[in-house]
Amino acid sequence: MLTALEQNFRNYDPGPYYDEMFESFQRPRPGCRVLLDKLESLSFQEIQAMQAAAKQSFFDQGITFAVYGEGQGSERIIPFDMVPRIIEAREWAALEQGLKQRIYALNLFLDDIYNEQKIIRDKIIPREVIETSAGYNPKCLGLKPPQGVWCHISGTDLIRDQNGIFMVLEDNLRTPSGVSYVLANRQVMKNILPAAFSESRVRPVENYPSLLLDMLYSIAPASDHVPNVALLTPGIYNAAFYEHSYLAQQAGMALVEGADLVMLDGYVHMRTTHGLVRVDVIYRRIDDEFLDPLCFRGDSLLGVPGIMEAYRNSQVAIANAPGTGVADDKVVYSYVPEIIKYYLDEDPVIPNVPTYLCREPGQMHHVLSSLQHFVVKPANESGGYGMLVGPDSSREERENFAARIQQSPRNYIAQPVISLSRSPVIVNDRFEGRHVDLRPYILYGQDIQVVPGLTRVALKENSLVVNSSQGGGSKDTWVLCE
Amino acid sequence: MLSRAADAVYWMSRYLERAGNIARFLDVNWHLTLDVQDQYLDQWMPLVVTTGDYKDFQARYQEESKEGCIYFLTADPVNPNSILSCARAARQNAIFVRDILPADMWEAINVLYHQVQHACERPETIQMMPNSFCADVKWRSLTIGGIAWETMSHNEPWRFFRLGALLERADKTSRILDVKYFMLLPSINHVGSTLDYIQWGALLKAVSGFQAFRHDYGRIVPEKVAEFLILDRVFPRSILYCLSQAQSCLHDLTGNNLGRFTTSAERYLGQICSSLSYKTIQDIFDQGLHEFTEELQMKMNRLDTAVFDTFFSLWPGVQQEVVQEQINAGG
Repeated sequence: MLTALEQNFRNYDPGPYYDEMFESFQRPRPGCRVLLDKLESLSFQEIQAMQAAAKQSFFDQGITFAVYGEGQGSERIIPFDMVPRIIEAREWAALEQGLKQRIYALNLFLDDIYNEQKIIRDKIIPREVIETSAGYNPKCLGLKPPQGVWCHISGTDLIRDQNGIFMVLEDNLRTPSGVSYVLANRQVMKNILPAAFSESRVRPVENYPSLLLDMLYSIAPASDHVPNVALLTPGIYNAAFYEHSYLAQQAGMALVEGADLVMLDGYVHMRTTHGLVRVDVIYRRIDDEFLDPLCFRGDSLLGVPGIMEAYRNSQVAIANAPGTGVADDKVVYSYVPEIIKYYLDEDPVIPNVPTYLCREPGQMHHVLSSLQHFVVKPANESGGYGMLVGPDSSREERENFAARIQQSPRNYIAQPVISLSRSPVIVNDRFEGRHVDLRPYILYGQDIQVVPGLTRVALKENSLVVNSSQGGGSKDTWVLCE
Repeated sequence: MLSRAADAVYWMSRYLERAGNIARFLDVNWHLTLDVQDQYLDQWMPLVVTTGDYKDFQARYQEESKEGCIYFLTADPVNPNSILSCARAARQNAIFVRDILPADMWEAINVLYHQVQHACERPETIQMMPNSFCADVKWRSLTIGGIAWETMSHNEPWRFFRLGALLERADKTSRILDVKYFMLLPSINHVGSTLDYIQWGALLKAVSGFQAFRHDYGRIVPEKVAEFLILDRVFPRSILYCLSQAQSCLHDLTGNNLGRFTTSAERYLGQICSSLSYKTIQDIFDQGLHEFTEELQMKMNRLDTAVFDTFFSLWPGVQQEVVQEQINAGG
């Protein structure tokens, strides 16, 4: 029998939600006991001091983003909460299996869509859905990426409902960011709660850069030298530049901008102090449309003219392959259970959130008739932009949104409001529950590897939007060992 | 190594060195003025002259006050060579190459910038007590140099780091000697007086050379100070030492043996070094110390251009439309 929590958690109320730390009032989940013992042994002042130390450490390391319009030199860290989110081994095993299944099937889907299009011919997905998707890229038709892998790096957003059931909220198969925060959060947590971390027996995340590098090596075109791998960044003004430089540093890749690269004899080269050096693999963190001005956006100054030609001729490997964005379309998302069934003849291990497609008149009617009960999202946005959260909306907002939906039904989907699970966070002088999600990272090279992910937390009370662009923060995620 | 990254490491290093030098000059001058009662000797403008920005100062400041000088050299965001601007430029360049810097080094540069930026929000505190601000900048810049030396592989990025620091240092030593020497000369009349000792000592301290000089040269005699600052072969801030070390770096970079060259940078630096190596201080006085310094400055400017052409010039400048695209183009 556990002793009562008499210190910092004595009044913590899990509320009517699934709480990541408590089964019910004063009843911690088994995997959280070591951590709770530690947190209960500290005064709240000590906990706040740790939180402040963590913040200072992020600031000193320059894990910050610039705040424009507040005078020069204004920088902020992405908010961090020092109470880790714990996932037990058994739960993780199921997630890992489900994510592998999903990414394996989505990759087969991408290969099919850009080649034989069997899934369209067999009428599982309407052609129109694919061809009107913003991420669909006809220039990729007929592409054969090395080993048939398109989505080398993905980050899948998972949420947990009131009953604790994990569900996929969205797929990110283009250039998902955030993994550097997984690594930075872990480093900070080890410094501030070393004993609780060690006694809880947490799966390491520090091998991510090695796994990333192995994966990138595995797709290099055959040659007689160790592959030269470069990370292609849009540049220092991009919000994710910190992550680009961090991953390049940790994996020993060259960090390049488009202007550092030049085509010569059909191969990609980088301009170095010793002349041009061939690049075999490019981990690109710029979107498809900026990649090659000869192929996509002619006015782009960031890309490398001619790189797609080299890619088609297998003279350079690119991760992720261009064209993967079609799978991020939220209309395509709604078909993922059918995609898994079609290619693998299996049922999805991790379910989707029930999704209504406004392009289907019957479903649109249902959505419009009770907008206040739905979350409506544009099909091709990310970052939590352009959403309507029905229960929090005014009548006027709903009317505006209804008009937009009717104007372009293809571009909207609706989902019932899911009460995301909650986790305790520090709010002034006590702990309060806030909604969280989870973004694990999946690497696909020779095989598929899943890395425990980033827990994002909506810091505003009752908010369901966890995106950092919308006031979200992050937590370290402790996936426990068997 | 990418040309763009080499450029960024080189300039990062120069700006760090520059910030450290300005801090050192200011600190020493402040201590010096505590000892001299003579109004005439409470001089700050020579420091501005030393940085080469006297015209900018004249254009923007009403009078040549002590407070104005200190502000100009520390917290003035418009002066591209104030400590604040140097720290900012060093960090901006470091951001470009954060992937190749040791994490500790990046963090030290980042913290230096934030400390300077924070302190410069209260310029009146710095004006009143420049010593603690300057001591902090000096220590941090020395620490960064130490981290670089001890944790960077001594490969290309490190050599560009060294090259930047050495050329910057040679430049600053020659400037402060030029400016101070003629100011202090009248005191030759009372060689050995307390005042004289304090002032020449201050010049040596401004380049952290007081102890080294004492140890190897003994009595403080102006000609000897000049010899020490220009021609000493082992003191790490003398002009000859900086330039010959820079020459080694340059040849390590190109792979050419000393005495041979394939680039204009090697040729110009080789010419400067060989000419300096076989000079005596008397030769320099015969030419005129000021004339000597001017000629050296001119040659070093030509060298800077050659370094740029040899190693960095493949990199075009960043245009505004590129910035907007960078913000939008990925994640």
